[in-house]
Amino acid sequence: MIDQISDSLHKRPRLRLTALLSAPLLWLVVAYLGALATLLISAFFTIDSFTGNIVQQFTLTNFSDMFTDAAYRNVVLRTLGIAIAVTLMCTVLAIPMAFYMAKVAKPRTRKLLVALVLTPLWASYLVKIYSWRSMLEPRTGVVDWLLGPIGIHSPGFGITAVIIGLTYLWLPYMILPLFAGMERLPNNLLDASGDLGAHNWYTFRKVIFPLLFPSLVAGSMFTFSLSLGDYITTQIIGGKLQMLGSVVYQNFSINLPFAATISFIPVTIMGIYLYLVRRSGALENM
Amino acid sequence: MEARMHKKRLFSVIAATSAAALILSGCGGSSSSTSGVPKVDMMKSLGKGEGQVNIVAWAGYVENGSTDPKVDWVTDFEKSTGCKVNVKNGATSDDMVALMKTGEYDVVSASGDASLRLIYGGDVAPVNTKLIPNYADIFDNLKMQPWNSVDGVAYGVPHGRGANLLAYRTDIVKPAPTSWGSVFDVNSPYKGKITAYDSPIYIADAALYLMKTKPELGIKYPYALDQKQFDASVELLKAQKPLIGEYWGDYLKHVASLKSGATVLGTTWQVNINLAQGEKTKVEGIKPVEGSTGWSDTWMISSKAKHPNCAYQWMNHIVSPAANAGVAEWFGEAPSNAKSCDLTADKNHCATFHASDDAYWKDVYYWNTPTEKCLDGRKDAKCIPYAEWVKAWSSLRNA
Repeated sequence: MIDQISDSLHKRPRLRLTALLSAPLLWLVVAYLGALATLLISAFFTIDSFTGNIVQQFTLTNFSDMFTDAAYRNVVLRTLGIAIAVTLMCTVLAIPMAFYMAKVAKPRTRKLLVALVLTPLWASYLVKIYSWRSMLEPRTGVVDWLLGPIGIHSPGFGITAVIIGLTYLWLPYMILPLFAGMERLPNNLLDASGDLGAHNWYTFRKVIFPLLFPSLVAGSMFTFSLSLGDYITTQIIGGKLQMLGSVVYQNFSINLPFAATISFIPVTIMGIYLYLVRRSGALENM
Repeated sequence: MEARMHKKRLFSVIAATSAAALILSGCGGSSSSTSGVPKVDMMKSLGKGEGQVNIVAWAGYVENGSTDPKVDWVTDFEKSTGCKVNVKNGATSDDMVALMKTGEYDVVSASGDASLRLIYGGDVAPVNTKLIPNYADIFDNLKMQPWNSVDGVAYGVPHGRGANLLAYRTDIVKPAPTSWGSVFDVNSPYKGKITAYDSPIYIADAALYLMKTKPELGIKYPYALDQKQFDASVELLKAQKPLIGEYWGDYLKHVASLKSGATVLGTTWQVNINLAQGEKTKVEGIKPVEGSTGWSDTWMISSKAKHPNCAYQWMNHIVSPAANAGVAEWFGEAPSNAKSCDLTADKNHCATFHASDDAYWKDVYYWNTPTEKCLDGRKDAKCIPYAEWVKAWSSLRNA
């Protein structure tokens, strides 16, 4: 039986290809692109003002609401600022960490460090953010208890807490690509640069950084896009702070078409970001 | 060249399939009706239970002993009917409406700002009260009200009513507040530790305060606001925003904030006070001098219920004297079943919560869905419909 199937598949390459590709293609097109397209199309619908039922009638009201209300411009700028801050913080923390892991640590320590970087990814997102909530609690939290005596106080729940929380959450996604990039970096390039008289900082700027750029782009794509879409961290440690994700979350149960309209913004921002990355040529070397 | 051809073909396959997916998903949408109530059939007779029932409810309405072993009116029901109870808590009326629209749930405990939306949206079915023996014992002044019936057809079983309270930490907020003014005072010493309910319906709380303190605005009913009254209410909330530490939707997070002291003052439900006090937090809740917004809830059945027999058995059970007394005491509201008053652990519960005292409810304004036609009966004014409340709230929260 199996032999027969195998024979007939061997004789028909087209059938073979169809069988191989139909499942992933169906997934990609129906589940993924289909859902995305439905979402984007519903951005042009509206709701019945009383029952909240979706009225399938083409209208641009959602877009004019979004562009004319200054509140949403503020939210976009705030979210962009947070995403950029988180990406920068992750970069600053991850570069030395990745460098140590790839170039300085002994092979045994290296394995241990990789494992340590990966472990937080095993714990639930919610558990991690709720523990940040109790750590950052003003007056009673761990941060105030530990750092209070030296004059550093918890920032409380708000934008600083969100940046700290998101940086903590997405740091592994920055370390891992940087670590992979550093590992591929030949040691003799660093030696050569040193032999030619370059200082450490100069070597970093002129040798390491350009070679590391594609990894940095890969990492930043994670930290940037994940921050752009986040709404749970904001909800738990953001106090009354609202990000783009919170607007979608706030509206999807009441006014789905408007939530869909708002979701156009992060999609557009990521589109522009990816376009810039492509222009910079970093994708070819990834 | 050939590679390019292949790419093109692959692309057209993808395009064609996405188009098909779109058409399929587009057809699944529900048709809307703006005039009149969609016709939905009523159950004629009860059959055998389906083995389970899916419920959307306010936190604290469906308790099986997992929150507090003494608080349990689900286990008995499951044993005697064989209907397993699956519950999903809704944080706001908007959540509940959205959940019911999915068609995944059989019953819902809808407040007045959800019930009519559900009825006119065709999401719930008329209720055959003959199939619910306990319906007979429910206070007459809760039956066939504008929020649970349309044209003399009952759309649900009254559950109970209560008021949104002003919570304050007795060890921190001194002197004890008596007015909603304490959460709107821009010079409040508790700035940054005040909370408000995270839903557009909270605009009514501001309107209620203005109704009592700014008579020149002429607000008669907090859910019937013309443009000027609405703008004044939203302005009040904008001025309040710097005072707010957190807006709450998730009641557990709200209780945690009361406990830790991140929140010391603000609007709440009695059940949250009970939970916080259970964790040794010094917190009290009062109905301020201005009166309060509140709710009168109704158990309704989905028009797409997959387990209608279990759903009817649930609706009968939850308003039975024992279960109704249990919920009323746990959630901190007045029961709807006249016989529950003999079964509460605290014999004064019905008196404390004014179960049959109509005068008490005069200054409690049950949640309602604002419409363009003013609900206070004004003919010369145009009121702001709920969709605009939603927009204003979203704009206020995100500014």
